[in-house]
Amino acid sequence: MTDLVENHNGKYAVETRDMNIYYGAFRAVKDINLQFKARRITALIGPSGCGKSTVLRAFNRMNDLVPTSWLEGEVFFHGKNLYDNDVDPVEVRRRVGMVFQKPNPFPKTIYDNVAWGAKINGYKGDMDILVEQSLRQAALWDEVKDKLGQSGLSLSGGQQQRLCIARTIAVKPEIILMDEPASALDPISTLRIEELIQDLKKDYTIIIVTHNMQQAARSSDFTAFFNMDDDRAGYLVEYSVTNELFTSPQNELTEQYITGRFG
Amino acid sequence: MSEKIERDPENYPTGAAQQSQIAKRHRTGSLGRTLFLLATASAVIVLTVLLLTIINQSFGLTAVQSEVPEEVLVQRYNDEQKQSAPDLDSLPKPALVAILQEQISRGLGRRLERDQRFFEDQLVFEDPVLWQEVCASAEPSAGCTLPARSQENVVALVQERVVVPTVVESWFLFDSIFNREEIILEAAEKYPDAELVFRSWMTGEFVASPQSSTPELAGVRTALLGTLWVIAITMIVAFPLGVGAAIYLEEYADQEKWYNRVIQTNINNLAGVPSIIYGMLGLAIFVRALESITSGAAFGVVDAGKTANGRTVLAAGLTLALLILPIIIISSQESIRAVPSSLRKASLGLGATRWQTIWNHVLPNALPGILTGTILSMSRAIGETAPLVVIGASTFITVDPSGPFSKFTVLPIQIFQWTTRPQSVFRNIAAAAIIVLLILLVLLNATAVYMRNRSAKKQGQLS
Amino acid sequence: MESDTVLRPLPRSMDATSTEKALAKRPRIGETIIEGLLFLAGVVSILTTIGIVWVLASQALLFFTTEEVSIIKFFTGTEWIPALGQFGIWSLVTATLMISAIAMLVALPAGLATAIYLSEYASPRTRGTLKPILEVLAGIPTVVYGYFALTFMTPLLRQIFGVDNVQVFNTASAGMVVGILIIPMVTSLSEDALHSVPNSLRQAAYGLGATKLETAIRVVVPAALSGITAAFVVAISRAIGETMIVAIAAGAGPKFTFNPFESAETMTGHIVRISGGDLSYDSIDYNSIFAIGLLLFLITLVLNVISRFIVGRFREEYE
Repeated sequence: MTDLVENHNGKYAVETRDMNIYYGAFRAVKDINLQFKARRITALIGPSGCGKSTVLRAFNRMNDLVPTSWLEGEVFFHGKNLYDNDVDPVEVRRRVGMVFQKPNPFPKTIYDNVAWGAKINGYKGDMDILVEQSLRQAALWDEVKDKLGQSGLSLSGGQQQRLCIARTIAVKPEIILMDEPASALDPISTLRIEELIQDLKKDYTIIIVTHNMQQAARSSDFTAFFNMDDDRAGYLVEYSVTNELFTSPQNELTEQYITGRFG
Repeated sequence: MSEKIERDPENYPTGAAQQSQIAKRHRTGSLGRTLFLLATASAVIVLTVLLLTIINQSFGLTAVQSEVPEEVLVQRYNDEQKQSAPDLDSLPKPALVAILQEQISRGLGRRLERDQRFFEDQLVFEDPVLWQEVCASAEPSAGCTLPARSQENVVALVQERVVVPTVVESWFLFDSIFNREEIILEAAEKYPDAELVFRSWMTGEFVASPQSSTPELAGVRTALLGTLWVIAITMIVAFPLGVGAAIYLEEYADQEKWYNRVIQTNINNLAGVPSIIYGMLGLAIFVRALESITSGAAFGVVDAGKTANGRTVLAAGLTLALLILPIIIISSQESIRAVPSSLRKASLGLGATRWQTIWNHVLPNALPGILTGTILSMSRAIGETAPLVVIGASTFITVDPSGPFSKFTVLPIQIFQWTTRPQSVFRNIAAAAIIVLLILLVLLNATAVYMRNRSAKKQGQLS
Repeated sequence: MESDTVLRPLPRSMDATSTEKALAKRPRIGETIIEGLLFLAGVVSILTTIGIVWVLASQALLFFTTEEVSIIKFFTGTEWIPALGQFGIWSLVTATLMISAIAMLVALPAGLATAIYLSEYASPRTRGTLKPILEVLAGIPTVVYGYFALTFMTPLLRQIFGVDNVQVFNTASAGMVVGILIIPMVTSLSEDALHSVPNSLRQAAYGLGATKLETAIRVVVPAALSGITAAFVVAISRAIGETMIVAIAAGAGPKFTFNPFESAETMTGHIVRISGGDLSYDSIDYNSIFAIGLLLFLITLVLNVISRFIVGRFREEYE
């Protein structure tokens, strides 16, 4: 596995070492060792309940919001363990942005939705430019440029999700985490989001949790397959270049899963 | 984190600037948190201060000045009879009667004797001939038939008529504890004849005594009984009406029909009407328009010409019933709504009628919730003052209310009356009355909480 | 078992007509009577409203048609001296508004801050301790708060601002205690509003690198704004209708003043004082309190309707 990533000869955006995540006494995820390539799309797949969302949320410390959760092991970001005592989760989240399963724009105007994150993070530049740039990057500008003052909630589901992506881009993160970003959308909106993700790859490292194997096969560069063991703790089964994983899986479980025999 | 990872260094703060920006935001964050916490803590503080204020006024040192000090009477008795009685309570009845004979007017003595005789076999103040006449007349005095006064009763009479202890000044509890020395000095200077005693204003006697214009002797029995009578009427009327309306709205009413929607909206709006408005409704309808009913004249309970007056327990109870009706309806509706519809379907599926379903399945399941809501509305009614002042509770009565057509006063009104008196001693008994009221409310609410928990447990077992 | 009986063919003796008879609609008189009675119970509330409106309006009409009274002077005058035939509602209305304003100055920040703490910060355990305390505060009779105003708040204010500046009866003390009285109400309604803000919004804010305070103040509170506004409107209505605290602590005697340390009488306080004395029916004093009552009823009704309207719109936003 290490070979595989090193073949690409780049540096890692995020790297976990022996990561275990607990909710109280329950171990949700065990012994995860993963490296994510910068400016690539990595998909996390696996049956529901296998902890892939929990893994994703570990990268911007969103799990901290669940009071009973705690993490064992290390998550490295630019050589720094994100779970060291001196690391501020607020700062982490600005650098590791997140797009959620259901579109969740603020009940504010479209403009403010994009500008808000930048504002609280001390953005000093021209806000109008930032809003336009971000909306363009999220492929939403043409649809909303005449109604920036309208509520973000007035948009369609797919537009709302792209607005959420624009909002994330505006704070200039390095990594964007996406938690099944298209699962609540219709097929056409899904397609647009997938195209958008491909575009974003130029500038951002993207880690995406998905239910949809076609989506993973179509749009990711790497795929990690998770499963859960008898204690319902999630673990990593196989991690490789997407093409390889889908064409010649090394693990029997992976093969069963991608051919639709369980999950 | 290192510089090189910055994505947009021109526009976002970097390095030290960024550190300080984040630090500032976190400082603001903890400041905000502290403020919110303080605001929340203030609720606890207010509650504590409120209770302490009341306790502070209910106990404390008092300077008591007597017209004829108790010790003087006891000393005189001991000297004359070569005895060593420690206090007034231990004096024999004849000695006490002798004191009364010596100290009170003959007229007062005769009145007291007609109320109740001092001895079975002899008259003290009354002329025997007159006594015979009075007892033979059409309206004999109570004293003709009642047994003689007990020793305790005569002690109380001596206290009330001869000793007449008056609290000339009272001090707060906390002052009494922490500045005791100063108070002793101050009292010795200001009231050389007075005795300094620590007094609890809230006593069993206070609860059991009727109202009196002398704060030292006043009690809340009249008001407490008034409260119980009024609440009894209120609940008898409001509970069936409230639950009935709730059943109608939840189980029968078709919300598409305009009149049902009007009823629902109307109930919601009534819940927001100030209580004093209900008082005015009660004044105009129950006290005035329905005077013959609320005064009892229509039922021949009182002579129409004599005391007919609609300001009775019944009028008050009905007024408060209307006041809490919306609250009972709304909380009962919530409880009924919480009964799973599968239960209704099961019952209807077995061929039960609608009412059978409601009576046998819906109501038993909703009952704990309904009762909890009812008890809470009952404590609301117990604390209500304004509407009863408006319909005209009696400000001063010493006769216990005995039925729906009695004049009445209630605890909150008693508190209101005493609070607004200028003399500070009335504040002390107002505080004591507040304690009685709060104890009553705590008991009621504890019952509600107990029932809520019990039903929660029961439901837990079911599922 | 049951199904056996049901599926068994009808006995031969039972012909078509008797089946028809067995299944025919039966008039259930008992059921109809019960439904009627329950409906009547619901109607009582309508009668109450009609009674309130009729009583207030008819007596107020008597008042306004009295010779000494002019409806214009009633709504413009600032002197309320029944003995001189002067009935200017403004001296009562200003006191009412002043006390409500002071109350809101206390209850609004304290109530909202408490609601934010309980909804956004407190652990379930802390919530479990604090909420019953607020319920206790909400359950204390208002006459007790009146006592508290007179025996604690007023002496405190006089100590702070000087005995010469603060009268024994004053609107500041009454207003502050009315504020304390409505804190639990503001808190509980605002907390409900904050609670109904979907968690996904909080996560979105955290995901952008917001701190807890930034999330609470700049995302959650604005999202719950209509619910919070509705809570404030209801609280104002409650403050305007509050009676015992002002009757005890604010003073007896209408006075047109804007000095919170002076005594003044509110609409409710006036009604209580006038009706508490010996009042003869159909006197001008008696009728005047119904005119005040009508105004009070209309103000609180309008506020409650506004609040309900705001809440209704708020619900649509998220459901």
